[in-house]
Amino acid sequence: MRLFLGSLLCFFVAAAVGLGATWFALSNGTAFGAITIGAWQAWPKTGTMEIDPYARAALARTGALPVGLGDGVSFIAKFDDSGRLLDGRCDVHITGTTPQARFWTITLYDPDGQFIANSLNRQGFTSQELIRNPDGGFDITAAPRARPGNWLPTGGVERYILAIRLYDTPVGIATRAGREAPMPTITQGSCQ
Amino acid sequence: MTRWLLWLIGGILLGGIVHLSTVLALPRTAAHDAYARLLPITPVNKVVPLPTSESAIMPFMDPAFATAVCRYDLSRGALKLTAPISQAYTAVSFYTRYGIAYYAINDRAAGRKVIELDLMTTRQRDQLPEEEDVTAADRLIVESPTQTGLIVLKALSPEPGLMPMAEKALAAAQCKPQ
Repeated sequence: MRLFLGSLLCFFVAAAVGLGATWFALSNGTAFGAITIGAWQAWPKTGTMEIDPYARAALARTGALPVGLGDGVSFIAKFDDSGRLLDGRCDVHITGTTPQARFWTITLYDPDGQFIANSLNRQGFTSQELIRNPDGGFDITAAPRARPGNWLPTGGVERYILAIRLYDTPVGIATRAGREAPMPTITQGSCQ
Repeated sequence: MTRWLLWLIGGILLGGIVHLSTVLALPRTAAHDAYARLLPITPVNKVVPLPTSESAIMPFMDPAFATAVCRYDLSRGALKLTAPISQAYTAVSFYTRYGIAYYAINDRAAGRKVIELDLMTTRQRDQLPEEEDVTAADRLIVESPTQTGLIVLKALSPEPGLMPMAEKALAAAQCKPQ
């Protein structure tokens, strides 16, 4: 009887710990080899054969295809620079410059990676359509209501994700710090 | 008491094994990975455009691109891929059946007006006559680690108004058996 109860406990703990850890790892995106620049994170290795098992499992679960490294690098931001989650009810300013690349795009997604419907049918900007400052930098405002300049509609959703994708860029596995790859700052202003 | 503690430690250790094996097994068992999502809408060895709508087939697609997919099967032989480049930026990415990006090339790296390459398995490449391999110095050969997989072709539309141009460039792309 003791043996039975003991092994029952053992298996129960094993299932809880094992599946719990898998679920936690995949929903929180614990892939290795991240480049972190400010609020932005990229995993250039996910676009190669050397993708780690956690990133593979996470991609298989969501059904997304990674950006191949010969194509570009994808940076993701879920938080602002002070570590607060991006809130679609607030004015969020994305300011600065991006690393060297032939083209780049910025896109706004809901947490599942789908687009957020809006009347302008605007999900993001390409590097060519942005209105620039005289110094070459840019200022994008992600907000629920229309804003002058580069307005990225959030639809007033609670949470969203920003992605900057650099195409034909020297940024890659060897990139280390923000000086090599300056990414824009993300600051959250007033909320509705 | 000690006995229960031992069972508990055993359970945690076994949990570690469960965790690692589920992470490793997931890519092979996932029912909604990119390949499975594309399976119903993509005929084999043919380039088909992907609709860019609000509820995309795959998450985290870049809306600035026109996208087309060739779901390939090399069991009958090698494939030839030709993709004319668009005015802005064109890239072709190769994925295995389980979504590993094993090769990607863009228009500048291809260096011509058309991205042209041969896709084959390692075995098919080994069977190539030797001279053919040598004479075709500018022939680009890509080796697929798996017999089936996905080729994703993307053409950038730098402004929303240029999307038809990007789609047109992709419409002329072909992937077919040699």
